[in-house]
Amino acid sequence: MSNKEKLLEVKNLKKHFPVGRNLSLKAVDGVDFDIYKGEILGLVGESGCGKSTTGRTIIRLYNATDGSVKFANKEITGKKSKKELKELNRRMQMIFQDPYASLNPRMTVKDIIAEGIDIHGLAKSSKERNERVYELLETVGLNREHANRYPHEFSGGQRQRIGIARALAVEPDFIIADEPISALDVSIQAQVVNLLQELQQEHGLTYLFIAHDLSMVKHISDRVGVMYLGNMAELAPSDELYDNPLHPYTQALLSAIPVPDPEIERTRERIILEGDVPSPIDPPSGCRFRTRCPMAMEICAIVRPKWHEAREGHWVACHLHNEEANETKED
Amino acid sequence: MDNILELKDLHVSFDTFSGEVQAVRGVNLELKKGETLAIVGESGSGKSVTSKTIMGLIPKPPGKIKNGEILFEGKDLLKFSNKEMQRVRGKEISMIFQDPMTALNPTMKVGKQIMEGLIKHQNMSKSDAKKRAIELLELVGIPNPDARVDQYPHEFSGGMRQRVVIAIALACNPKVLIADEPTTALDVTIQAQILDLMKDLQDKTGTAIVLITHDLGVVANLAQKVAVMYGGKVVETGTVDEIFYNPKHPYTWGLLSSMPKLHDHSNKLLAIPGSPPDLSDPPKGCPFAARCPHAMKVCVDHMPGYFELSETQKSACWLVDERAPKVNPPETIGVRGE
Repeated sequence: MSNKEKLLEVKNLKKHFPVGRNLSLKAVDGVDFDIYKGEILGLVGESGCGKSTTGRTIIRLYNATDGSVKFANKEITGKKSKKELKELNRRMQMIFQDPYASLNPRMTVKDIIAEGIDIHGLAKSSKERNERVYELLETVGLNREHANRYPHEFSGGQRQRIGIARALAVEPDFIIADEPISALDVSIQAQVVNLLQELQQEHGLTYLFIAHDLSMVKHISDRVGVMYLGNMAELAPSDELYDNPLHPYTQALLSAIPVPDPEIERTRERIILEGDVPSPIDPPSGCRFRTRCPMAMEICAIVRPKWHEAREGHWVACHLHNEEANETKED
Repeated sequence: MDNILELKDLHVSFDTFSGEVQAVRGVNLELKKGETLAIVGESGSGKSVTSKTIMGLIPKPPGKIKNGEILFEGKDLLKFSNKEMQRVRGKEISMIFQDPMTALNPTMKVGKQIMEGLIKHQNMSKSDAKKRAIELLELVGIPNPDARVDQYPHEFSGGMRQRVVIAIALACNPKVLIADEPTTALDVTIQAQILDLMKDLQDKTGTAIVLITHDLGVVANLAQKVAVMYGGKVVETGTVDEIFYNPKHPYTWGLLSSMPKLHDHSNKLLAIPGSPPDLSDPPKGCPFAARCPHAMKVCVDHMPGYFELSETQKSACWLVDERAPKVNPPETIGVRGE
C-alpha cells in the first residue's frame, strides 16, 4: 500500500461549529487519513459521528477549523483564488444522500447534468454539450429520452443516477459519495452500488464512500475507517477490519449488525453497548469512547489514545493496542 | 394453536387524482399467539398499509377497504364501529411507529402519554397509572424512571424515545403488537439494544408481534415466520428458515442476494433490474414478471395462485408448477451460516 500514490492527505482535520456562548460543537476533532489513487475508502459510524462533516469539509462545503487537506500534493484548505477553486471543483465532485432534495426541481435533467460542463467550458458547441449529456445518461443506465424531463418524473433510484451523471460530467478524479444509497430501497441499492463500482473501474476514479450501513461499506470499499464522536477509531483494509477488529467500538459495531441469516442470528453473541453517544459539545476526556466501552481502563479517561499503526496498514486509536500492550498481546 | 389474528383476502385502495391506487391486493396472513411474523418488502409494496388497516388507521376517504376480513380472535375488525375500534386500539392491538421523533407528543410529559391508555382502557386511577408508568419505563430499560416520567420527549435521545414508544404500546398488555419499522430510524448499536428489548419483552409478556421491515437482518434476528410482499400481494410466506435457506420465489431470491453478506468476499451484488410496478395500473399477471429474470408467458397473463410447498411455506410463482422449466436459485441462496 505504501508505494501507492496518495491522492488525498488529511491531517489533523478539525471542524467545530459555534453554538451559543463560547461553546462549540466538535463535529470533527482531529482526524488523519490518506486516500490512495484509485481506491475506495469507506467511512462508517453512527449518526453524529462526523463522517458527513468530514466529507463536506474536504470538499470545502465547510471551512476547516484546523488541520490540513492535501489533494494531489496541494493544500486545499484556507484561502484560494477563484481559478484554483474552479480547478478544484472540477477534479472533486460529490454525490448526495437525498436524491429528492439534491436536484433542482425547476431544471431539466439535461441542464442539471450540463451545469458543470457549462461552468468549466468543457463543451464547445451546444451539439457537443447535448452529445455529452446523452453519453452520460447512457453511462449511468438511463437513456437519452430522459434528458428533457424534470426530476419529479423519476424514481429515487433514477434520480440518484442523475446525481451520479452530474458528478461525472466534469470528469473528476475524486468523488465523495455521502450516503448515496441510504434513501433507496434494498433492491435499488444494489443497482446503484454496482453502477458506482463499474464507473470506478472504467474511469479509474477514487471514492470516499460515506455510509452507516457497514455491510454495504465493507462490500464496496478497499479500506474502511470507523469514526466515533468526531474521532477516527480505526482504519484498515476492509477484510482485515472485519476479520480482526482491534478497537472495542468496531467490535461492538460489527456485532450489532443483524445478518440476514437466521442460523447465525440465533447463535451469535452480541456486544450490546450501553447508553447513547455523548454530546459532541462536551465530549468525554481522554478517549471519546470510554463512557460506553466495556473495556475502559483508568488511563482512558486521562490520555487521549494515540493514532498509530498497530499492524501493517491497520491504524487504531485505543489504549488496549498501544505499543507496550502490543508486545504482550502479539502472538 | 389458534390464530389470534387472521387476514383474509384483504383489498385496500386509495382514490387519487391519477386514479385508484390498489395498495393492497388480496393479502392473507395468519398470526399465532406469542409468535413474531415479519412482513418484508420494498416501499410501496403495501406492508405499511396492511398494518394500518389492521389498526383501523386508514383515512377514509381517500382510502377504502374493498374486500376482505381481519379476524381478531375470530371477530371481524372491519365490521367494528369507530367506538368499538377505539376499545381495541391500544388495548388489544397496539402499534410501535417508525419514527420515535414524531410519534410522541412534544407538549406532553412522557409519563402522561403512557398513563393515557391506562386510564382510558383499564379505568386506573391517576396515581395507580403513574405507578404503572414508572414500572413500564423500568421494564423498557430507562434508567432513573422516577425522574424520567416527568420529563418531556425532547429530553430523551432517539433510542430512549423509541423505548418510551414501546412502553406506551405495551401499557395495556396487548395481545398483538404491530411494529412498523421499529428500528429503521435508529443507529446500529441502538438498534441492537431495541431488538434485544423486544425479544426480552416478548418472552415476558407473550405478545404476538407483527414486524414490518425491509431489513432482512432484523427479520433473521426477531421473526419466526416471514411474509414477503411485492406489488400489494404476499408473494411468498414461510418460516424464517424456509425463506432464508429454501426460498422459491425469484423476488425473494433477488432480495436476499442484493444484500451484501459480511462474510462474503465476492465483488458483485445481484441487483434486481427495473423498479416496482405502478399500483394505479397494476399488471394483470404476476406483479414481479416485468423484473423477473425467469418470467414466462404465463406470468404476464395470469397471476399465479399459492403453491403449498410445505405445511408452512407457500409461494405464488409459476416456476413451482410442475409444468414449468426447472430453474435453480442463485448460488448465494441457501448457504447456511458460514
